[in-house]
Amino acid sequence: MSQATFRIWRSQPGETGGFTDYRTEVSEGMVVLDAVHQIQAEQAPDLACRWNCKAGKCGSCSAEINGRPRLMCMSRLNTLDLTQPVTVEPMRTFPLIKDLVTDVSWNFRVKQGIQRFQPRRPDAPDGTWRMAQRDADRVQEFRTCIECFLCQDVCHVLRDHDKHDEFIGPRFFTYAAALEMHPLDTAERLGDLKDAQGIGYCNITKCCTSVCPEHIHITDNAIIPLKERVVDRFYDPVTRLLRMFR
Amino acid sequence: MQVIPVTSVHRGFGTTTRRDAWWTAPLAVFAGLSAFVGYATWAAFQGEHYTYGPYLSPFYSPEIFGDSPHAWFGPKPSAWPGWLPFSPALLILPFPGLFRFTCYYYRGAYYKAFWADPPSCSVGEPRRSYRGEHAFPLILQNVHRFFMWVAIVFIAFLSYDVWLALWFTDPATGAREFGIGLGTLVLGLNVGLLASYTWGCHVLRHVVGGRLDEVSKSPACDMAYACVSGLNGRHRLFAWLSLFSVMSSDLYIRLCSMGVLSDPRFL
Repeated sequence: MSQATFRIWRSQPGETGGFTDYRTEVSEGMVVLDAVHQIQAEQAPDLACRWNCKAGKCGSCSAEINGRPRLMCMSRLNTLDLTQPVTVEPMRTFPLIKDLVTDVSWNFRVKQGIQRFQPRRPDAPDGTWRMAQRDADRVQEFRTCIECFLCQDVCHVLRDHDKHDEFIGPRFFTYAAALEMHPLDTAERLGDLKDAQGIGYCNITKCCTSVCPEHIHITDNAIIPLKERVVDRFYDPVTRLLRMFR
Repeated sequence: MQVIPVTSVHRGFGTTTRRDAWWTAPLAVFAGLSAFVGYATWAAFQGEHYTYGPYLSPFYSPEIFGDSPHAWFGPKPSAWPGWLPFSPALLILPFPGLFRFTCYYYRGAYYKAFWADPPSCSVGEPRRSYRGEHAFPLILQNVHRFFMWVAIVFIAFLSYDVWLALWFTDPATGAREFGIGLGTLVLGLNVGLLASYTWGCHVLRHVVGGRLDEVSKSPACDMAYACVSGLNGRHRLFAWLSLFSVMSSDLYIRLCSMGVLSDPRFL
């Protein structure tokens, strides 16, 4: 058993907050969430921390560990430098509630604004559809999202420029891509993506891809293909001309 | 429920709690792209030492007007204004240059390295205002698709240059004979890397299949989409390798032409 210092963000509602150091024992196999729970149990019972599955599947324990947006339950201590204090702070893109807990409800409101799935008319008389597996596979990647909102947190358009009213963020471009590229879907989303949802604000820095715990290729497979569809529809005179003859 | 906007906690250029050397990647991109742009600009204005035997520097290909035997239409047109500097490279370099400038990979890289927008992931920015590619001027980056088509045509020209680089003129007899020199291999490798970069372009991926929701219904598109997607997964790698190879190819031919290097023949 050895000891490590965890520099954890503490705040009360109505206060600005700051970092507090906690020294605790660590052992082989521990993750940051284990250490936070241990600190809760032994030193700071009022430390607020959202968590659920402890298996990287619920997306609840998102935080910034040593400045990098990560899931606390998937951050093994043996991957961190324990000779220095390990900083644990809340996601900076969302309003803080207390300690490590942020209010991510903006994301749920954004999701409600995205056009729902509208399948084409059934392919068969029995009301069923037919689609190829590999066409379904392309959007299946996007459906592995656990909505941890780490991609939203790291996106500088939200994080540094506060474009929450004009830009829906990488999570919801991925969601829109899952619907827009679905082989059965017929809904029109490109106008919203261009204007109300601000896909043009993305400048492809790939930070969202780098923090995704599900390793979804957010930029290459969702955002850039959507950007290209928007260009097809609204900016490219050649494709606009071709559409007139179809 | 009372909430505190945690975003006001720490802002400002370079502000972060990251422990790693986050500045190394943008610094390397800054150094790499600056070196390339500096060398390419210098080489483009030289207007000499861009051919050696059957080799033609990729910076000067296709040579539309010029003094070398590779020129399509002979020397510089007489109508060319005297005050305007002329080099065969200046006529063609803007096209591959703008293809790279508007490339999705390079955009993400140079926005970080040259404009600090952001300097690196979860690192504070120097500016509060932001328009991204949502408005002028960066909305013009959407012209990338047009430069992609030009870049594909350039791959054909450069491939033809490799073919020409297989035919050497015997100084004694004046006859053309098949051969392979180090320059042939350098130009061949360069075309391979440039093609891997160009054919892995995000726009090409969109054109050949990404635009379709049911790409499996078109077998040709399906296969092309799979191939382009494979290259696209290594787009960053090929972007840098091809940048290095095109610069190295010009440098090799330049040094051979200046007599600094001799071109070894293998066949």
